[in-house]
Amino acid sequence: MTQTATLPTRRDEAWRYADIDALTRIGADALDQWQEVTIANGETWHHQLVVGSDAPELHRIRVIVGDGARAELFVTNVGSDYTRVEAEVTLGEGAHFEFGGVTIGGGDAVREFVTKTVHAAPNATSNQTVRSVHWGTGTGNFLGEINVARDAQKTDAAQDFKGLLLEAGASANAVPQLEIFADDVKCAHGATVGQLDEAARYYMAARGLSPEATQRLLVQAFLGDAFVELEDEAARETLLGAALSALEGAVLEGAEF
Amino acid sequence: MLRIENLHAEVEGAGGKKAILKGLNLEIAAGEVHAIMGPNGAGKSTLANVLGGKPGYEVTAGSVTFKDVDLFDLDPHERAATGLFLGFQYPVEIPGVSNVQFLREAANSQRKYRGEEPLSGGEFLKLAKEKAALLKLDMEMLKRQVNVGFSGGEKKRAEMVQMGILDPSFAVLDETDSGLDIDALRVVGDGINAIMRAKDKGVLLITHYQRLLDVVKPDRVSVLADGRIVQTGGPELALRLEAEGYDAVMAEAAA
Repeated sequence: MTQTATLPTRRDEAWRYADIDALTRIGADALDQWQEVTIANGETWHHQLVVGSDAPELHRIRVIVGDGARAELFVTNVGSDYTRVEAEVTLGEGAHFEFGGVTIGGGDAVREFVTKTVHAAPNATSNQTVRSVHWGTGTGNFLGEINVARDAQKTDAAQDFKGLLLEAGASANAVPQLEIFADDVKCAHGATVGQLDEAARYYMAARGLSPEATQRLLVQAFLGDAFVELEDEAARETLLGAALSALEGAVLEGAEF
Repeated sequence: MLRIENLHAEVEGAGGKKAILKGLNLEIAAGEVHAIMGPNGAGKSTLANVLGGKPGYEVTAGSVTFKDVDLFDLDPHERAATGLFLGFQYPVEIPGVSNVQFLREAANSQRKYRGEEPLSGGEFLKLAKEKAALLKLDMEMLKRQVNVGFSGGEKKRAEMVQMGILDPSFAVLDETDSGLDIDALRVVGDGINAIMRAKDKGVLLITHYQRLLDVVKPDRVSVLADGRIVQTGGPELALRLEAEGYDAVMAEAAA
């Protein structure tokens, strides 16, 4: 019981949808394991990863982005147990943070992205796009905190979340959290959760697409937004490919087609 | 080729279920283009939707036999693979999916169902270019997302390009002429003739207007009113409807 003293609980804002039991299995030590990255002024850092296995995973990344520098992080989260990716990003003057994330899967696993973006200086921009596709009683979360410091004027920050639930019982949660201390800033956030478009599914069936092919095409189109800012086509294929492989175990929404 | 017998169907609406088709009989032979005309609310689109298997429509009696198969035994995608093509009155936009990807997957999904080899990327593109040219649709349009940002006329032309690529044996075209200007109407009409005028193919053409029939020239014309076929005749029937209106022609039929 000594360990639980150092583990967070669901009362902590950043852990409110977390699977604490799974976190206990990972152990408190993992909480101290941050990947630290410092990007020099004007430089670009690009990082992409596919995360998830049949064991719980916690990935914590802390990035200091220098003036005029750019950080790009793209992640496909296909865990079949609790899988959490955290990014804590501090932006210098005129810096940019680009984040694209996908959570996809069924079972009863919780897959989540938790970002904290600190606009510490003026003229920095950030853009975060997360897409979640779940079935069974799977859950996808995006908790995005944005802090804008008092002198971080002309901040332009955007967060966009869309969830697609293939089965009743699956869920998606979006928690945007804005703390803004400057007065001349733009912070946009949007979140929607829905199902596959029935009209599109019928149209595609009427052209002879099997239910499997229809679902794969529509999910692929849905996920595409998360990686649209990823210029390297091969990298995009890798991340999308991992997501679509995970879809192969999915139920078919509305089997009547 | 297509035999509809005593078809009754209901649609689920806001006010509950409503009977739309009330004992519809119609037989269309191979090689025939059959036009269906009729007043608003007669059940023309419901007929197309029931043939396609659209959710929300329930067949309560009757049967449809297509190429010796009970159509209602097949799911919508199986009906398509068996050779039935449905031209939509309102083609659906599918953001994020290109026409090329959509149609190649559709063609190969159908081929797989029929136990045929899939088309290669090159074979498919050659076919798509040929059919796009036939319908005077810019090949660039086919690289764009399905129907997204297409004008009404472009959507209808794209439908006919789809029909050309999928090469069905029977097409149900639901008001394919709506939203078309005069030039596009001729292009679409010529496209229907080029793709579907064959002795082993058939067309059910649902329309309100004679002008498409001037180009496509149906072999027979039926009037659908209140869920039933009330009159069938040759192409001259469409001309009389255009000149005299449904009420006059139907009153004569009832007399």
